[in-house]
Amino acid sequence: MLLISKVETFYGNIQALRGVDVKVNSGEIVTLIGSNGAGKSTLLMTISGVNKASTGEILFDDQHIENLPPHEIVNLGISQVPEGRRIFSRLSVEDNLRLGASAYDKGKNFDTDVKDVYDLFPVLKDRLNQRGGTLSGGEQQMLAIGRAMMARPKMLLLDEPSLGIAPKLVNQIFIAIKNINKQKKVTIFLVEQNAKKALELADRGYVLVNGNVTLEGTGQDLLKNKDIQAAYLEGGGKK
Amino acid sequence: MDTAYFLQQLINGVTLGSVYGLIAIGYTMVYGIIGMINFAHGDIFMVGAFIALISFILFALTSIALPIVLLLTLLIAMVFTACYGWTVEKLAYKPLRKSFRLAPLISALGMSIVLQNYVQAAQGARIKTLQPVIQGGFTFMEDTGFTVSLSYLQIFIILVTIVLMAVFTLLITKTALGRAQRACEQDRTMTALMGINVDRTISITFIIGSSLASVAGMMFVMYYGVIDFYIGFLAGIKAFTAAVLGGIGSIPGAMLGGLLIGLIEVFWSGYISIEYKDIAAFTVLVVVLIFYPTGFLGKPDIEKV
Repeated sequence: MLLISKVETFYGNIQALRGVDVKVNSGEIVTLIGSNGAGKSTLLMTISGVNKASTGEILFDDQHIENLPPHEIVNLGISQVPEGRRIFSRLSVEDNLRLGASAYDKGKNFDTDVKDVYDLFPVLKDRLNQRGGTLSGGEQQMLAIGRAMMARPKMLLLDEPSLGIAPKLVNQIFIAIKNINKQKKVTIFLVEQNAKKALELADRGYVLVNGNVTLEGTGQDLLKNKDIQAAYLEGGGKK
Repeated sequence: MDTAYFLQQLINGVTLGSVYGLIAIGYTMVYGIIGMINFAHGDIFMVGAFIALISFILFALTSIALPIVLLLTLLIAMVFTACYGWTVEKLAYKPLRKSFRLAPLISALGMSIVLQNYVQAAQGARIKTLQPVIQGGFTFMEDTGFTVSLSYLQIFIILVTIVLMAVFTLLITKTALGRAQRACEQDRTMTALMGINVDRTISITFIIGSSLASVAGMMFVMYYGVIDFYIGFLAGIKAFTAAVLGGIGSIPGAMLGGLLIGLIEVFWSGYISIEYKDIAAFTVLVVVLIFYPTGFLGKPDIEKV
């Protein structure tokens, strides 16, 4: 479904991605783990077209998307829940969700689609008229995921959905991600520092170090890998 | 006589404030969406005034009824001026969007000079006059020794302004376009990730701002009957002051600021000294900014967590 090959991305003179190859099949949950500054968010922003790849190809459903502007990529069916959630804090929860629906059919199916979001995150229904900025961190993350789902994506890119959120809510969010994948048949590409949780959930995983993919395998294989245990699970990573 | 005199100043102030308010919206919207002061906006207003003037002169040769002439001139001014605003954005600002912050500002000053010189070259440097299009009005309080007059033209200006501002407020608060604009104000990258064409949203912002300025231009030429290629400078600076006074980035603030600047200017002229009326508006701005640094209705720029 998504095929990334030899992608290099620069910020000015600094090279953030050094020839990344990643493949995500339809229906999968694929995770990308790595430490701070490895280039994980850069890769997601490059897929979404916010950062431009200087070389390499990105194919989505066999169509080249590496030179498309961000809004066209969303309209093809790739939605992103970015790092730090980036909800529109001065707009109401409803406006946030309506903005999410802009991509699909210009929001004509808002009333039916929003029910699916309430099923995932019932708390949002009670917060509809509140400003986005008044929600708690966990609720903001739910809103960010719900907002992305309003576009009826074929594929969801999630950047650190567990960052800065109470552990209880993290579980709820991971369950929601699983439901989105299993029930809504949305392919998931999940970037996480919480490597254990991500690998437990994922069908397959990639490890990104300094802009290079150094390891790949099934979620279970990577969980058992000695190097990963040392680098991301026991020592450096959050359990 | 005192009450009558006061009332007259109030009527004149609200009329002038309507014109400033319509221009100020353009400044505040563009600032809100791309964080830039569009210094060419005053000259867009001037272009709007010229287009309205030309349209009136051409219609004067025909025998079309006055209400239709007013409506057509309004539409012609809005459409043509919007084209100018759109072109300025495409030529001078869009290529600089990823550049350093000062670049589009300098480019805007350049476009201001370009527009002034273009109109000077195309229309001549001498003042242009327009015969009164709408005449007559109401007079009252004659027995006090000072006759208060409320002209039909003033009623027309105030009514058109109220209608446009109401339509415009609905547009911003209730439609998908307005929602996209408010989203762009906060986070342009995220707005693009919603599947919204940010460049197009910015273009539409310039189109709306320019067409409102053209209406102000039309009011100006009808009210004063005299324009030249340089009117955009002072009117633009005052409308910008109005936008800052109300709180730049805030649309109700721009309307309020416009009204206040209009009233301050007229009352200062009426009670203190007509020579120093331009200084009055700017002095008030300085004083207000000392106590309300973000203007009356501006939001303090709190970083979101």
